[in-house]
Amino acid sequence: MANLRDHMGRPIVAVTGIGVVTSLGVGKADNWAALTSGKSGIHPITRFPVDHLNTRISGMVDFLSSSSKGASPLTYELAETAAREAVAESGLDSSDFGGPLFLASPPVELDWHERFALYNSDKDDAGAERLLRVARGLKELDIFETTQFGSIADRLADRFGTRGLPITLSTACASGATAIQLGVEAIRRGECDRALSIGADGSATAEALIRFSLLSALSTHNDNPEKASKPFSKDRDGFVLAEGSGALVLESLEAALARGAEVLGILSGCGEKADDFHRTRSKPDGSPAIAAVRAALADAGLSEGEIDYVNAHGTSTPENDKMEHLSLSTVFGERIGSMPISSNKSMIGHTLSAAGAVEAAFSLMTMRESVIPPTINYDNPDPAIVLDVVPNKKRNAQVRTVLSNSFGFGGQNTCLVMAREPV
Amino acid sequence: MSSPRDVVITGIGLVSSLGEGPDAHWQKLSQPGQKPVLETARFAPYTIHPLPEIDWNLQIAKRGDQRQMETWQRLGTYAAGLALDDAGIKGNDELCSTMDMVVAAGGGERDEAVDAAILAASESRNDRDVLLNEKLTTELRPTLFLAQLSNLLAGNISIVHKVTGSSRTFMGEEGAGVAAVETAAARIRSGQSTHILVGGAFQTEHSDMLLGYELAGYLHRGPWKPVWQRQGAEGGGVVSGSGGAFLVLEQREHAISRGRNIYAELGPVVSGRARRSRGELDAEIATLLSRAALPDGKLLAMSGASGAHAATASEKAALEANPAISARGFATLTGHMKEAQFPFAVALAALAVDRKAAYPVFDATAEKPFEGIPASVLATAIGYHQFEGMALVKSA
Repeated sequence: MANLRDHMGRPIVAVTGIGVVTSLGVGKADNWAALTSGKSGIHPITRFPVDHLNTRISGMVDFLSSSSKGASPLTYELAETAAREAVAESGLDSSDFGGPLFLASPPVELDWHERFALYNSDKDDAGAERLLRVARGLKELDIFETTQFGSIADRLADRFGTRGLPITLSTACASGATAIQLGVEAIRRGECDRALSIGADGSATAEALIRFSLLSALSTHNDNPEKASKPFSKDRDGFVLAEGSGALVLESLEAALARGAEVLGILSGCGEKADDFHRTRSKPDGSPAIAAVRAALADAGLSEGEIDYVNAHGTSTPENDKMEHLSLSTVFGERIGSMPISSNKSMIGHTLSAAGAVEAAFSLMTMRESVIPPTINYDNPDPAIVLDVVPNKKRNAQVRTVLSNSFGFGGQNTCLVMAREPV
Repeated sequence: MSSPRDVVITGIGLVSSLGEGPDAHWQKLSQPGQKPVLETARFAPYTIHPLPEIDWNLQIAKRGDQRQMETWQRLGTYAAGLALDDAGIKGNDELCSTMDMVVAAGGGERDEAVDAAILAASESRNDRDVLLNEKLTTELRPTLFLAQLSNLLAGNISIVHKVTGSSRTFMGEEGAGVAAVETAAARIRSGQSTHILVGGAFQTEHSDMLLGYELAGYLHRGPWKPVWQRQGAEGGGVVSGSGGAFLVLEQREHAISRGRNIYAELGPVVSGRARRSRGELDAEIATLLSRAALPDGKLLAMSGASGAHAATASEKAALEANPAISARGFATLTGHMKEAQFPFAVALAALAVDRKAAYPVFDATAEKPFEGIPASVLATAIGYHQFEGMALVKSA
């Protein structure tokens, strides 16, 4: 009889379904094969013209039917596709899921193509006045719904039969991890036996790219896209904007075992801490990230020595990778140079709102498959960052526990601890 | 029976066209015949309730911080500061650094001048994608992205007020406000948190904020009317308003141990998602009313009704079906504040409980008087398009 309660007497939370989509493909099988062979999904942008742009590469998902239809439709399709895989694997009813939905997704705005079409459908007056007049004459709700922050979750709730008011959230680049954290907390509080947590981001529009470019956040290594994302390397020059989705079916271990479901892993701890230093930069001493890691370990009831592998945030920006190294070396001490720490973003880029969920999915697979995906493009190590980044080639290893980091603009720091087995 | 883990309200920060702070709102709203503050010209044919004059320096000391925010973020950060001040938490490093935060956020205050120029140019260009790149790369202010980004309201509250225990942003119109309050209360009840800042803001004086309603024809046009009286009038019934509402929710034990005044206890918070296209809204509202554990006897209800025709008709019918309920549609006086609507409703409910007095009718033709002391007050937010929620606020 397995222990069904954790070290704090709360229900243990199991993962019984995993789904993922990235620029490497749809589904766990394709993604895992590519990820463990060190393949990059970063490619030249073809979705829109790249005239005037400093960055002309990305990890966009270009192979779905909504890929060219705008951020809202694509984000929905990404979320739906990953969730479909996860729910199917769990064996639960895919149209009557019966638990709450937590969706991490990008903030929505009226798509420029719609804006142009609305504006140019009329000739009278100008600017906002014209747009508003045209808007109130629309007969269909399709465009309206792309501008409502709750609409994607509402459609997903219909599609999967989730229960109650779905929560759509944003903690910037930590959003995917927060979606999982909310699901874990709901189960621990006994509000539900199961939850569907999804991170999805299909918002790599020209304007999104330009916004990040104007903040000097993006790599401009356009000539060799596969080589552009190089976390922890000396010549890293920014992240690569990307799209993707990850979905987890979370379930109390008790409920999962009672229905004979296969337990794919355990979500054992979540930790967070906000940073008050700056809108885009972290506090120089790394204390908020350090506190988030420690909070996740404490929540999981694990000591530093009990973490086998770190799935790094590892964005490939000069700032993040330096700060992440500082935080991890503070928490893990001397052990830091010898414990494996790799960044999936070296291959898939930064999937923003989805990243925490995508990387949690890969963390769980790392434990199940006993294979650590590499950090590729590690040809020129940063001498100031001495880490075992599992350079360039996958590594076979028994991994019992993983720490997955997510850090975002606006002082967002969220860390997850996952385990292969219930402790 | 009170319990140490009850959720109590110890701080309220409010901004609307009526003014700022709980006292100013109580004074205005408890005045029979209070008239709304309306702006009818700037966004004609739409009427809005504009922001009052605000001295941002009072809550956001650094000009540099103010410059990093568009009005919506500034408004939210300001209202959050009012709530923290009111709860005696502002400037207390120990309390701020352990305080959790859930913000209900929209966002998207774009640069209207840049957008208008791009749209104007699009009339004579077929290569619109190239036009977009050309204009956005050269004309967008680099910091604008962050100054209008959803989770950066919370980010700015961390920076300005040093609230750093945790920071989560929920999105999704009124539903985000409902879920924020509901989740915050659940965290306190479960012992996961001792004190949480929760709330939202909405800045309607921007064409994209109006467009967010008007793409489905939700805005009321023509002469202004109280929120319950817009059925059949020109447009969709919503009159929006700028405002913000933040609450400090606290574990009863935690509030008592630091000797704070408690406005009210936050009782059950319930939420739902009716599939409205299938006609489920009436039943969902009835279900929420039954789940809210309404007390026996007469009950004051602070309704967040938006004026949107279908949703407001459903809510009105449901509230009127219970003869014990006297509803107050506060959007008559503040306008609809989207993500902030539910926190605002809860705040007004807490004020009535604390002052031991009901608000007079805001609309004599549609609302009935409430005599006596309201020991419990219901707060509602039935989304203009989707999502529903209610909370019962009780005397402490």
